Amino acid sequence: MAEKATIIAHSGDMDKLYSALIVANGALAMGMEASIFFTFWGLQRLKKGGLEKGPLSKMHMLGLGKWMVKRKMKKAKVASLDKLLQEFRELGGKILACDMTMEIMGIKREDLRDDLISDYCGVGTYIQEARGSAITLFI
Amino acid sequence: MAEIKVDCRGDTCPVPLIETRKALRKAQAGDIVEVVGTHPSSKKEIPMAVKALGLELLDTLEENGVWTIRIRK
Repeated sequence: MAEKATIIAHSGDMDKLYSALIVANGALAMGMEASIFFTFWGLQRLKKGGLEKGPLSKMHMLGLGKWMVKRKMKKAKVASLDKLLQEFRELGGKILACDMTMEIMGIKREDLRDDLISDYCGVGTYIQEARGSAITLFI
Repeated sequence: MAEIKVDCRGDTCPVPLIETRKALRKAQAGDIVEVVGTHPSSKKEIPMAVKALGLELLDTLEENGVWTIRIRK
């Protein structure tokens, strides 16, 4: 069995989502399996049109900081969050959506990017993924 | 046996690694994947991935900040 990386994406902040997706893609690229469990504010980003909506975790400055960082990222040719998610799926990564978050926040399946989501599940599935993982992160 | 070319010039982390992995997944055993790029860390990290995947690193060249890595699947 291949080594595995399992990440909880709890934050909906743009920069933290970048960290989660870059690490997860890196794991796949280097021959590991990978899954990301989206919960709480992280799950908000899987809403249709919600991917790029997160603030910066620091220096957001009512959007000015985010605008500046995005401009620099574009100049440096950093891949978009959407591209990183598509690549993650294409390389065989799993996207898990927390169904408890959906319930308490009133999010329905049709509100989410169903095309990207591998499974709707709870903590048991996360533990099953994490117990055999060489890398586990909470972001 | 085919030779597959991947051009990542100008791309930054983690795109060169991802594009290399995608090309390697599509390649048949024996095919050669040639990756060209400029991102400095990827020049070190693509060979690490090749090793982790148990594939053969043929050579790594660099000229004027542009590196070329050849891998046999």
